[in-house]
Amino acid sequence: MKPFDYQRLETPEHLGHVEAGRFLGGGTNLIDLMKHQIETPDVLVDVTRAGMDRIEERGDAVLIGSQVSNTDLASHPLIRRDYPVLSSALLSGATQQLRNKATTGGNLLQRTRCQYFYDTARACNKREPGSGCDALDGLNRFHAILGASENCIAVHPSDMAVAMAALGAVVVTRKRDGTEGRIPVTELHRLPGDRPDLDHVLDEGELIVAVELPASPPRLQSYRKVRDRSSYAFAVVSAAIALDLEDGHMRNLRIALGGVAHKPWRATKAEAMLEGKMPEAALFMEALEQEMADAEGHGHNDFKKILAPRVVVAMLRELTGLGGN
Amino acid sequence: MANVSMTVNGRSVSGQCEDRTLLVQFIRENLGLTGTHVGCDTSQCGACVVHVDGKAVKSCTMLAAQADGSEVVTIEGLASGGELHPVQAAFREHHGLQCGFCTPGMIMSAVDMIQRHGGRLDEKTVRQELEGNICRCTGYHNIVKAVLDAASKMGDGTKVAAE
Amino acid sequence: MEQSTSKIIGEPMNRVDGPAKVTGRAEYAGDHQVEGGIAEGFIVEAPAAPGKIVALDVADAEAADGVVSVLTYKTVPQQKPYGSPEDEGRFTQSHAVLENDRVRHFGEPVALVVAETLEQARYAASLVRVEIETEEGVFNALDHKDQAEKPDSVDGLDEVDTQDGDFETQFSQSTHKLEVSYLTGAQHASAMEPHVTVAQWDGETLIVHMAIQIVASAVSAYANTLGIDEANVRIISPFTGGGFGSKLGVHNEAILAALAAKQCGKAVRVAQTRRNLFANGPHRSRHLQELKLGADASGKLRAVRHSSLASMARNYPFAEAPASPTRASYAADAIHTFHRMVKADIPKVDSMRAPGEAIGTLTYETAIDELAEMCGVDPVEFRILNEPTQDPTSGHAFADRRLLDCIRTGAAKFGWSGRVKPGSRMAGRKLVGRGMAVAIRPNTLSPAQAEVKLAADGRLVARLDMTDIGTGTYTILTQIAAETLSMPASQVLVQLGDSRFPETAGSGGSFGASSSGSALLDACAKLKSALSERLTESGVSANAFAMKDGRVLANGKRIELADLIGAEGLSADGAVDPDNHAKGQADYSYGVQFAEVEVDADTGEIRVRRLLGVFDAGRILNRKTARSQLMGGMIFGIGGALLEESLMDDRFGSFMTRDFAEYHIAVNRDVPDLEVHILDGYSEHSNPLGSKGIGELGICGAGPAIANAVHEATGVRVRKFPVHMEDLLDRLPAV
Repeated sequence: MKPFDYQRLETPEHLGHVEAGRFLGGGTNLIDLMKHQIETPDVLVDVTRAGMDRIEERGDAVLIGSQVSNTDLASHPLIRRDYPVLSSALLSGATQQLRNKATTGGNLLQRTRCQYFYDTARACNKREPGSGCDALDGLNRFHAILGASENCIAVHPSDMAVAMAALGAVVVTRKRDGTEGRIPVTELHRLPGDRPDLDHVLDEGELIVAVELPASPPRLQSYRKVRDRSSYAFAVVSAAIALDLEDGHMRNLRIALGGVAHKPWRATKAEAMLEGKMPEAALFMEALEQEMADAEGHGHNDFKKILAPRVVVAMLRELTGLGGN
Repeated sequence: MANVSMTVNGRSVSGQCEDRTLLVQFIRENLGLTGTHVGCDTSQCGACVVHVDGKAVKSCTMLAAQADGSEVVTIEGLASGGELHPVQAAFREHHGLQCGFCTPGMIMSAVDMIQRHGGRLDEKTVRQELEGNICRCTGYHNIVKAVLDAASKMGDGTKVAAE
Repeated sequence: MEQSTSKIIGEPMNRVDGPAKVTGRAEYAGDHQVEGGIAEGFIVEAPAAPGKIVALDVADAEAADGVVSVLTYKTVPQQKPYGSPEDEGRFTQSHAVLENDRVRHFGEPVALVVAETLEQARYAASLVRVEIETEEGVFNALDHKDQAEKPDSVDGLDEVDTQDGDFETQFSQSTHKLEVSYLTGAQHASAMEPHVTVAQWDGETLIVHMAIQIVASAVSAYANTLGIDEANVRIISPFTGGGFGSKLGVHNEAILAALAAKQCGKAVRVAQTRRNLFANGPHRSRHLQELKLGADASGKLRAVRHSSLASMARNYPFAEAPASPTRASYAADAIHTFHRMVKADIPKVDSMRAPGEAIGTLTYETAIDELAEMCGVDPVEFRILNEPTQDPTSGHAFADRRLLDCIRTGAAKFGWSGRVKPGSRMAGRKLVGRGMAVAIRPNTLSPAQAEVKLAADGRLVARLDMTDIGTGTYTILTQIAAETLSMPASQVLVQLGDSRFPETAGSGGSFGASSSGSALLDACAKLKSALSERLTESGVSANAFAMKDGRVLANGKRIELADLIGAEGLSADGAVDPDNHAKGQADYSYGVQFAEVEVDADTGEIRVRRLLGVFDAGRILNRKTARSQLMGGMIFGIGGALLEESLMDDRFGSFMTRDFAEYHIAVNRDVPDLEVHILDGYSEHSNPLGSKGIGELGICGAGPAIANAVHEATGVRVRKFPVHMEDLLDRLPAV
């Protein structure tokens, strides 16, 4: 690791008074990246002791402090009761010891697991802008099929963020000048375009202080993670779904996909086709095929174009009580 | 440089180290507690698990400075007065170890798990919650037996027969 | 717990090293501390290869905080040429590093940065600037089939190729013909303890604490690399955190540590990071295996042809032999086997757990399953039908073969009831299938020596340079000594892993327990007869006696040991010579594995529900450690079938799956309902103990049993391993 200066943020209000640097949450991703010289901050600002570690119920929303650990969030009674999709997504990610350490804000801002990003001998526009993308014609089984660019086909690895995207969560931030920001989770992460080095839309020095979940989420929720081993593996494809069934009609339907894009992917086309309709297997498949119309594989990940719709359809069938056949 | 003070296995320790010193290095090199192992260096294998403020964490991906002011327990801090901790005893009895390299981290994770779940542990939960501890030898089957047995002895469940 | 002194061998005695391992007291190589401190070395890997270093700038690294020294080919101390002497084996030849400006493969060290702390060394290593002028390399054998050669030898077999019987005629006259090819992926052994060495010099003597499976050959490797006498190399390795073949020989960090310690004049530790290991540790290479099988209408095998193509690392003589099990499993009128290799510019290819059989049974036992299905014969019956009466290729008599006992026992215990129509069995949204396969692994004995010393207080110390890599060596050797000398196990102290102790062949090839155990048995028997003589001299004539707490109990009398052997004690040396055992016989361990899997009907995700193995490995030395070895092998087999693959980017010759998030080995939840059954046995021809190899047997046959079950679950035959969801996805039955 390159030498750096370790500092602590006492409270979010002090943000303007600490040196500008990389924020350190649990560090479960950042410190690894620093070992590999992929991240080389001069200043590391530990924000875990700045009092942002509470979960509060506030009438129209639940406010999750950005330094609430993944373990505490997943096991919180309120989250387990009203937002089971979030709890389930959290528990399907990483491992117990990492969830103990990893924070809500840090989870959102974790970086891609693309092997070419991690291997400093290889070309990667995300790590070194302008160097190229060795994943495009390389080993890309885990890579994006939606919203990618010729510069980058990396995927965002978070499970938690996928569930938050389906719940309509909003990220609350604080800038160095003391102003607050509010960004829907679905707009926090960027698509790679020609700047794959930028993962998100936050300004330099802008700190995530909390994530807000709207109250009264849809009643039917589900998270499913498709992976190569039974646990502890990044998603090949994952999906989070939330909806209500009212008089047999699907309402407030939100579908978010993980493992398919540079950000949690809201399947808005499919949602639009299904909203207000009665559950029907053929309709599910049609909607998902529509969503996948622009999907593009890169060889090893072509199968995700088949897999992603199948996962969502299977989940919708189960959630709406259509069953297996 | 950072001045780091923490309680390790009940003993107050303090030392100076570079800000970039990892907790596992601090434990192994500065304190000489080499039972905490480094198997992957990227928080994936679990050989380096210790408890920080009562929670199991991977010490290879944590700065010593982050643990400043914390209470740390390592594998060396489990046994008391020459008597093995029930989880250590169960790992031995059920042959939950082979090469032994993953064992300290495995035991630290198991102790944390039992503390959280008490006697309510079942096989599925144990397998799920040990996902962050890889055993290549692989003694998973016996490790689960050892954890369940220790959990029942520490709580009041039924004894698990040794094989 | 006090063990009975009459029968100790075979008992499920707890590991004697258990308390040290559960408390963190067991000292692995990297744990070793040295007075005066240890400097840390960090490897700088070649970013491209093959080629020539045209620029190497270490100025920034040398100027970085804490840096003690930077070793490059320009500054490294003198070494003997890599691979010399030519007439020695790969584990003892010179393993010179940083030899010159040539870079053989991706990730090969081009420099070692030594600093006071690990983070200082790691960071400074990133400051080394290296430029490689690359040449066209060979990375994938399949892209260079024209360069395939017959290797000088293959691992573990006398013959590279065999051609018994008239294959063409038998095949052409077969009623049922199968012609298939399989791809198996590259794999890394991935022991939990990465390769690590702490080296220091005491004058002319090199003292090394290292993770190693075979101490004696590592001594030779150091001597041959550094040009020093073997007597000036001391290796200490009391505990090794898993090996699985990867620690048979020395690797780059071992030599670098010795060179750096010399250069810096202090102790140096070089620990490979997990990432390093995928370029600086050995791996099992990718294989293409082509199989042609023919059977008559009744399902009797007539023709078998198995040919294998793989890469071997250029300048490193190792070729795996996947057709090994094909030569010994079933009777056929003609059996032809071939191994071809392409020399490639890739990291070292070497043994990984059950070389040959692990991937050989994976393909052969899958092909046999396919053929049985073509013949309309149940796979269990097919194997019974083709059971040979003598070794199918060599014609030798079997030393001890109870494969049919294993198969029949396994079928009964598993509840095998024949196959169902593939893709027809469901549980919820899961397609469920069952399969089986045979396990086979050659049993060998290697030369070994041991010494024992009995002290007047009744304590026995046994010493061998044997290693315990997790298998349980300390424990079984304790049991052998205690039983042979009729003394409590608690009074036996086994000391291992020191090059000053009598030489053994170490741990590898499943020969460790039998070989070192037989040598110790011999030493203890000699000690016993010497003690008997002393008894006779002292007027006590006894056919049998026992020892406890410094007393000998014979003919109802208690004699003080001190009076018999004096203060100096009594010593004996023992040995085992493989030439005296199983001569002219085909000697194998056997087993059978049954698997049940489920495949998600929507996603193709595969999970193993049940795995049952029945094994015959002769006499079991410790039921607890033996079971664990077999279970561990079976779980390893799940990895081979479904998870493990080191993916190389063939444009660069570099492995890209360089951590445990990418290289998937089984996690706890991947372990199914697991049953291990061991037949009671005694293989009298194999060795003086009557035991057979067990450490690799469990992996053999596990993978194909799972693959055959996947076929029954889905109706899909996948002929590449590991099998992934995408191999099934668009061919799953519509349900």
